[in-house]
Amino acid sequence: MIRLQDISRHFVIGDNTVHALDRVSLHITAGEYVAVMGPSGSGKSTLLNVIGLLDRPDDGRYLLDGEDTTTMDEVRLAGFRRRHIGFVFQSFHLVPRLSAAANVELPMVLAGIPAEQRRRRTTAALEAVGLTDRAGHRPEQLSGGQRQRVAVARATIMGPAVLLADEPTGNLDTASGMEVMALLETLNGDGLTLILVTHDASLGGRARRMVKLLDGRVESDERLSTGPESTP
Amino acid sequence: MTLYDQIHLAWQALTGHRLRSGLMLLAMAIGVAAVVFLTALGEGARRFVVGEFTALGTHLVMVLPGRNETTGGHPPLLGETPRDLTLEDALALERHPAIRRVAPLNVGSAPASHGRREREVTVIGTTAEFLAVRRLGLTQGRNLPAAAREAHPVALIGEGIRQELFAAGERALGGWLRLGDRRFRVIGVLRSEGYSIGLDIAELVLIPVASAQQLFDTSSLFRILVEARSREDVKGASDAVRRIIRERHEGEDDITVITQDAVVSTFDDILSVLTYMVGGVAAISLVVAGILVMNVMLVAVSQRTAEIGLLKALGASPAHIQRLFLTEAVLLSLMGAAIGLVVGYGAVVALRTLYPILSASPPPWALGAATGVALATGIGFGVLPARKAARLDPVQALARR
Ligand SMILES: Nc1ncnc2c1ncn2[C@@H]1O[C@H](COP(=O)(O)OP(=O)(O)O)[C@@H](O)[C@H]1O
Ligand SMILES: [Mg+2]
Repeated sequence: MIRLQDISRHFVIGDNTVHALDRVSLHITAGEYVAVMGPSGSGKSTLLNVIGLLDRPDDGRYLLDGEDTTTMDEVRLAGFRRRHIGFVFQSFHLVPRLSAAANVELPMVLAGIPAEQRRRRTTAALEAVGLTDRAGHRPEQLSGGQRQRVAVARATIMGPAVLLADEPTGNLDTASGMEVMALLETLNGDGLTLILVTHDASLGGRARRMVKLLDGRVESDERLSTGPESTP
Repeated sequence: MTLYDQIHLAWQALTGHRLRSGLMLLAMAIGVAAVVFLTALGEGARRFVVGEFTALGTHLVMVLPGRNETTGGHPPLLGETPRDLTLEDALALERHPAIRRVAPLNVGSAPASHGRREREVTVIGTTAEFLAVRRLGLTQGRNLPAAAREAHPVALIGEGIRQELFAAGERALGGWLRLGDRRFRVIGVLRSEGYSIGLDIAELVLIPVASAQQLFDTSSLFRILVEARSREDVKGASDAVRRIIRERHEGEDDITVITQDAVVSTFDDILSVLTYMVGGVAAISLVVAGILVMNVMLVAVSQRTAEIGLLKALGASPAHIQRLFLTEAVLLSLMGAAIGLVVGYGAVVALRTLYPILSASPPPWALGAATGVALATGIGFGVLPARKAARLDPVQALARR
């Protein structure tokens, strides 16, 4: 489903060129649970942004569902993101002035889904993340764990094929982090492709496949025997 | 994204930043209010002046003896003596359908006395129609008799004359007034108009035209005032006057016809231009408001960088982002315009209460123009920030905290 072929992404800062991604090739099939690990600055976020069509590679080809995304224009890319890709960020990125429910609704608003249907789906999504009673709360009235669960509900509300999570537990205490991880893994169990960026080895170890990056290159790519059995 | 959602999201963004939105509203509102108020002032001045002329009779056609090559000027001073205008000429005009009223005029001055008091006065010999033609009224008594050809010894006097010739407490009505060697009974006192141009009504004495002709020993008229039935009829009336008098004067074009319309429309034009000008000056403040809107929107874009990045991650296209920010600018402009209209109107009403004479009211075009300019500046100056937002690189936008 996701096929990266010799993807490179570099940034020029002054006289220096930083190779955030250096000829990365990856093939990820539907329903996989992939952990992306590596030291800070190794290109994990850049990889995720490229996969999520937020960033364009400078070189290489990226096929999503067999379609070459490198030649698509902004509008098509936005449409792809809207329908097929969900993002979860370390810092939640909820819109502060909107309620939890309104935040969850946002992708559907952009997609032009009728209000009545939006409300129904939002209610269901908030229930799925256990926040039915927080629907009207604004982000500042929610705990970190609750915020991230709202973000997960928002990322999955359009029924995407891929969920991209960039250090989703990085700003959370262990307990809430575990809750969010459990949530993500449940979604993966339902068939959602999950790509998780983390530098926490114990979290990475829960995935079924681990891709290690170093200086923008794939250092190792291995299947893990330990599956999601450890999930409660 | 539906239009409703677009407006709703923009609205939430505006109410989420009250101070910023409030300031922009204020700027827009002041601009629009200024346009409304200043054009109302200009329009009030225009109406006042035009109204003053209308009080003299905009439907007025003045007929003078003597021909003039260029219509609208004074009769020639040199050359052959023109045929006189007569009372019969005047009465012949009355029957034309375009003409409502005809007031023949004789003017002269005569010593006026009552008892031992005496002074020189301007005497106008005319008919009962004069009061209506010049929009004059009476404070006491009745108008001149209707029969124009009869020389009744009656007079209407101005308030100034009454005060000078009649003792305090003495009843002027029914009293005798001597003009030259004739005696006239006072049958009415003229109302002194507060704002009348070109005629000191308080110092006038009006007598029947036939009496005046006897008093001044003449058979001719000084001029004839003709009131057309409507403003549109002025042309027909003046044509009719020329034709009828020509027929009566054996085919000679020996009169001058002046319409007041020309004068009024000149003033009207000048003051209209003035109103446009003050409106334009006020509109500049709207453009300044527009620049403020742009500045504040640019700040908003940089403050909301992360949010823009997020929206893009959620699948917003550049067009979505641009529309959202533009909608914010349009909403602000519209609300600013609405508040400005209300405030401007309030100020106009206050002005009208303080200075009722001005009858200030903004011309309809000014309301449309103010709203239009507010919207145009809102959109015009909103485009740049909206474009900037739409072009933000989502990765960098999300990285910013
Ligand atoms: N927009 C950018 N401009 C310049 N350099 C960047 C940009 N984004 C990432 N980088 C650089 O690319 C490298 C990889 O960054 P990133 O993908 O964020 O790493 P990670 O997420 O693994 O910490 C780093 O050296 C970083 O400084
Ligand atoms: Mg990172």
